Amino acid sequence: MAKESSFKNMTLTLLTITFVSSAVLAGVYELTKDSIEAVRIQKINRGISDVLPPFDNNPSDDVYKKYVDGDTVYVYPATKDGNSAGAAVQTFTNNGYGGKFVLLVGFLADGTINSINVISHSETPGLGDKINPKKSGFSLQFQGKNPETYKLAVRKEGGDVEAITASTISSKAFCDAVARAYRVYREDVMKQEARDGDTGATSNKETDNQ
Amino acid sequence: MKEKIQIIIKGIFAENPTFVLILGMCPTLATTSSAINGLSMGLATAFVLMLSNLTISLVAKLIPDKVRIPSYIVIIAAFVTVVDLLMAGYLPDIHATLGIFIPLIVVNCIVLARAESFASKNGAVDSIFDGLGIGLGFTLALTCLGFVRELLGDYSVFGHKLTSGDGMILFILAPGAFFALAYLMILFNIVKRKFVKK
Repeated sequence: MAKESSFKNMTLTLLTITFVSSAVLAGVYELTKDSIEAVRIQKINRGISDVLPPFDNNPSDDVYKKYVDGDTVYVYPATKDGNSAGAAVQTFTNNGYGGKFVLLVGFLADGTINSINVISHSETPGLGDKINPKKSGFSLQFQGKNPETYKLAVRKEGGDVEAITASTISSKAFCDAVARAYRVYREDVMKQEARDGDTGATSNKETDNQ
Repeated sequence: MKEKIQIIIKGIFAENPTFVLILGMCPTLATTSSAINGLSMGLATAFVLMLSNLTISLVAKLIPDKVRIPSYIVIIAAFVTVVDLLMAGYLPDIHATLGIFIPLIVVNCIVLARAESFASKNGAVDSIFDGLGIGLGFTLALTCLGFVRELLGDYSVFGHKLTSGDGMILFILAPGAFFALAYLMILFNIVKRKFVKK
């Protein structure tokens, strides 16, 4: 069987094993780093194109982060022929039945919800996981609605959203996440674009004069 | 060669890690909410098991007795991380389904148990076959369990819905895992006993 243990050979063995293991891991990490990053970006881009109408820029280059309610909301602005084509907003809620869940909400330039996708969640299978558009039509009812006029709350609480049967908590959390995305989008993107639009108009005039 | 096949069959049947050795219950119960998940977890574990068994059988004689467990754990953890990184980089689609289960393999006691009770006492080739057999046994058990839970809980087979309706959701939740495992274990042992009598 194995060798007799002495302080010296135990220390030496553990040192060697940990050293070799970390060397191997460092090597594999370096080897896979770039392609893991590429996969991550590709995944985000695919997610963004799922929830937005066609665009021709690379939204993850212009990502805009905002820290709200204890976590980060990511805004991926999309443009088509230089005009705003809306933005995909990665939002979250902490009120899910299984804790936090993350959504990607696609807004058109005027704030209308285009489509919503679920990035990650730990809701109950068969009940709360119906927030996923693959499992039920729940999230489809948001499409084409503008949160300016469409109240993001379940019917029971006076809103316009039809909750999932037996999953009111998940449905409420979903509304909470979408509302957070809209708040960030309205405050930080639409208002910003309105200002940019003004300056854009002036610069257009200047070009006309020239 | 016959001996090698014997080792594999022993892992699947006589020493099935889930139904006979009752090891690795945590991933067994947690990841079998569908047949695909069970199958994926089983295959990922089988792969790590073969690699770790091979390595440990090669270095076991060099490791002093008192530090063998921490040494094995470091080796296993390194392999799991390597597999995790490689999959994330080069097989992103499989990683998307399996990703959350991969790190769980480190704490799967089957892997450590085989390292300690088989790989450290046997040669490299036998150890690979042991890893393969135990891994396939684990895969078989997890797939069966996932199949039953998915069928009863969601009325679907490998993700394909058989009839509409919600099914008995209890079977997808934690308590269903225990029920399904208990009944499958009874079934497995009845079948096994019949074979042993012959």
